[in-house]
This record gives sequence, structure tokens and C-alpha cells, in this order.
Amino acid sequence: MSTVVKSKHAIENRPGWADEMAAMLEAYQQAGGEPAALQLPQVATLVVSANTVLMSHEIPGIHFQAEPLEHGVKATIQVEPNARIENPVHLCFGVIPAEGIQHILANYEIGDGAEVKFLAHCSFPNAVKVQHLMEGSIHVGKNASLTYTEEHFHGQTGGVEVLPRVRVKVDEGGRFNTTFVLTRGRIGRMVFDYEVEVAATAVVEMTTKAYGHADDEVVVKEVVHLNGEKARGLTRTRVAVRDQARSQVFTTMEGNAPGARGHMDCTEIVRDRAVAQNTPLVIVRDDQAQVTHEAAIGSVNRKELEALLARGLDEDEAVDLIIRGMIR
Amino acid sequence: MTEPILKIENLSLRREDRPILNDVNLEIYPAQVHALLGLNGSGKSSLAYTIMGCEGYTPDRGRILFEGKDITHLSITERARLGITLAWQEPARFEGIPVGKYVGLGVNPPDRERVIQALEAVALPAKVYGYRSADKTLSGGERKRVELAAVYAMRPRLAILDEPDSGIDILSLGEIANLIRRMAIEGVAVFLITHRDELVETADVVSLICAGTILFTGKPLEARRYFTSRCIPHLEALGSQPWDTSKPEVQEAFASNGLLKLVAQAAERQTGKEQSA
Repeated sequence: MSTVVKSKHAIENRPGWADEMAAMLEAYQQAGGEPAALQLPQVATLVVSANTVLMSHEIPGIHFQAEPLEHGVKATIQVEPNARIENPVHLCFGVIPAEGIQHILANYEIGDGAEVKFLAHCSFPNAVKVQHLMEGSIHVGKNASLTYTEEHFHGQTGGVEVLPRVRVKVDEGGRFNTTFVLTRGRIGRMVFDYEVEVAATAVVEMTTKAYGHADDEVVVKEVVHLNGEKARGLTRTRVAVRDQARSQVFTTMEGNAPGARGHMDCTEIVRDRAVAQNTPLVIVRDDQAQVTHEAAIGSVNRKELEALLARGLDEDEAVDLIIRGMIR
Repeated sequence: MTEPILKIENLSLRREDRPILNDVNLEIYPAQVHALLGLNGSGKSSLAYTIMGCEGYTPDRGRILFEGKDITHLSITERARLGITLAWQEPARFEGIPVGKYVGLGVNPPDRERVIQALEAVALPAKVYGYRSADKTLSGGERKRVELAAVYAMRPRLAILDEPDSGIDILSLGEIANLIRRMAIEGVAVFLITHRDELVETADVVSLICAGTILFTGKPLEARRYFTSRCIPHLEALGSQPWDTSKPEVQEAFASNGLLKLVAQAAERQTGKEQSA
């Protein structure tokens, strides 16, 4: 049975809750989360296992609404205008069994002038055949600031398909800073699809980091429309692939207004028989806008490598250190 | 007499079909600062990379002996594990690798105190710099100091320092000079490539290199006298920049019976327009 739990660290009465929660906490930790943080009364928390909300804890200024779907959860997260949420909001999504589908419909509404940080961890530690679909809409109000950091752990089998599709709108003077990290364990298949509309004087920074092994597949699609005067956009993509893994990065930045400034920065490191591709697209529709891009695709930089070899590291250790640093 | 820790015998190197090093012979001793002076393009850094074993710097002829062992064909890693390391003139930047970790890479077994000590030796407080990334957010001077700290922390047997003074402000040169002396006192052989008098003063021995040839090795004062009285007039007369085709290009140089012998390619004839420009 799926249940919605609201407010406080409520303990669900249904049988098996404690076991499932313990499994989720372990998964949360594997994804890089700090389980202790979920227990703190001053920290807003939402924990979703498959289609069940295991924990939902609100604090002043932030509201969760969640309702179960057949294969997931529909959630609305609202931050009140001018609210300053001091501690990062912790979100945890996961599927513990080896097989399953998790469909998250998430709507984030950040009120004008509000300031909030989210730490989201998605974990599928036992996945053999798990699909995680995330359809999100994010609205960052006027002069509001949202920092959203999402870290994934997909286990070691490569049996996960992750399809996050998020549409973001940042109002005038707003800030949206997002970091997506999938660098531990296998990836499986991931299609990361973000599109952001940026209003006047608003700022967007998007960082994506992934490390693919075996036959993992990484697709990153990022589109930033700098629609407002003096809007700013930056995308940083760091992908490493080895074995037979594949990565494709498609980044589009549009400068559509006077004074808009955008930059796309992509580095992909390729080892073994892996293949990496980068397709930047720059569109400028205003003669006072400017968009730039830089990309480095290929093996590890020889100068960096030799600097580490000269400290006594062997080539594998040095390459691993460079890759780990890049995707850190 | 103490045996040299590094002995270079008849070393020659060609790159892209051009002679870079010509019959180089050199001995470096433990606990000694051995400076190498020469104009830009004379082969200083090439010699450093050849000693370190960098890609593309395999000699055509000659041997490199380290503590009596022929290391000419060893990898960089193997040389580093014997105790040779290099501080690059323009050190690489590393995204996501903290300064403290980078400095500690060659410290075996790991020793946190040694890393802190090394950072302090180059006036970088560990509390401020230890967790910063060794990336492009560091200034050129800061990155050079981090490189020196990494070399010092490693306790190498032979430290090759390629222009540790470039990009360092004048006030900090004294600190760098002190660190070089400190390394020598601790028994490290330092092979120092520099243009700065402040650092040449730390040297026990100075070698002069021109067009890939070691012309002179001796005391710093003698080297200065040799350089100003013999090298500069010749080089000024000939020019030494390979891209300046209006002057003869020095191909090879030999020191023989007190004479500097240069083999140069003839200059291109200039047109009147180019000359007036």
C-alpha cells in the first residue's frame, strides 16, 4: 500500500516500514548522502522508495505535497517567497528491489526572493532492471536562488535506466545552480535532458559529471535560452568513459537579448574502446549578446600525466587520479 | 671523492630532425646545487625532460647514469621511484585535485605533517591552500610554489627545477633560494635551470649551455666571467633565435681548446623593404 506522510518525522505504522527505511538509508549513504542529516529536526526531508513516501518532514518556509502513482510519486515542493532555508533540503529517491519502475513527477516552485539549497540522492543499489523516470518542472521566482545538487548511485550491474527530463524557468534576477553527479558504480543508460529559460539579469550554472564503464551509455542534452537582457549562462560537462562505454553531449546555448553572455565548457576523457562525442550549438539572435564554447575530447593530457608520473605514480594510477579529479 | 649521483655521457638528442642536445657530458653530485644557464632555446628544458624521461625526449646517443645505474631507457615512473623528479617551468593544472593531495603524491609512506611542512616552506599556509584545487584558480606564482612544495615533500635524491623563479615575485625569490639551499643541506642534488642571479648565487657549480652544447662547467663566478666575455659577444653577433631568418641560425656549438666553435646556417637575404621595416 502506498501512503502519503506529511509533516514531522512520522513513523509509518505499516508493516515493513522500518526495514524499508533502513534499506533506503543504506542506499542513501551509498549515493553519498549523510543519513544522520535526515534525522535532524531543522532539516526538511523527503524520502521516496519506489512509489511510497517513507518520510516527509517540513520546516517553516517549505512545503511538500506528495501523492502516490502506480509506479512512482507526484510531488510538489514549494518554498515561500522571501524564505531563507538555512540548511539544505534533503531528498532521497530510490528503488531497493532488483527490478522496478520509479516515475517521479516533481514540481518545484521557489517563491520570489527565496533562497534554498537541495541535496538529492538517487540510489538503486541492487538494480538489475530498474527504470527511473523523472519529469520535473522548476520555477525560480524573481530574485530567488536555487542550488540543486543531485548525486546518483546505480549499483554495479549496469541495469539501471535513468531518464531525467526537467524544464526550468528562472525569473528576473534569479539564480539557478545545479550539479548532477553519477560517478560511482555503473551508470547503465542515462539520458539527461535539461532545458532552461533565463530572464533578465538571471544566472544559470549547470554542471554535469559522469563516469561510464563497460557498456554504459551517457547522453547529456542541455539547452539554455538566455532570453533576458544581461542573462548569464554557464554549462560545465565532465564525462569520462572507458571500456566500451559511449557518451554523447549535446549542448545548446542561445543568446537572445542584449548583454546576454553564455559559455559552454565540455571535457570528455576517453579510454580503451570507449567513444565520446560533443555537439555544441551556439545561437545568437542579438548583436549585443555573446556565447562561447570550449571542448576537449580525448585522452588524458600528456603534460598532466607526466607531472604525476614524475611523482612516482604509474600510468593507470595517474589517469585514474586525473579522471577522479575531473569528475569530483 | 664522492661519486656523482647523476652522470650524463655523450648525450645527443634530435627532435623533428633538428639537433637539440649535442654530446652533452655532465656530472651532478649529492647535496650540490648545480645550475644550468643558457639563452632561450639553448636546450636547457630539453635536457631536463631528457633526464626525467619525458615522451619525445629519448636520446639518439649517449647514456644517463643514476647512482651508477643506466637509466637511459627507464620510464618516468621508474626514474621517479629511484628518486628523480622534476618541477616543470609551467606546471600542469589539475581540476578537482586538492593542493594538499597533489603535494603529498610523492610522499611515501603518506605523511600529512611533511605536506604541511612543504607548503609552509614555500609560504603557502596549509590551512588556506591544502583543500584548494591545484587548478586554474591558482595564480601562476601560486602554482609554481605548489610545484616546488611537491618536489620538496617527496624527498627526492635528484630534484630538477626548471626555472622555479619564472612568475615568482621579486620578494619571494629569497624564499625560493632558501628552499633550494635547504634541499641541498638535506642531501638532495638540485639541478637548477634559471636566469636569475638571486638563484645562481645558491649554486655550487654552474654549467653554461649554448645550442645544445655544454660550453663550460665551473664555479658561479667563473661561469659569469666566461659567459659575459666569451658567449655574449658571439651570440650578439650571430643572433640565436631560430625564427629570425635574417640572422644565421646556430646549428651546433663546440667548446674546444678554449674556443667556442659554432656551425650556423646562412641567413636569408633581406629585401630593401624588409630592412627598412
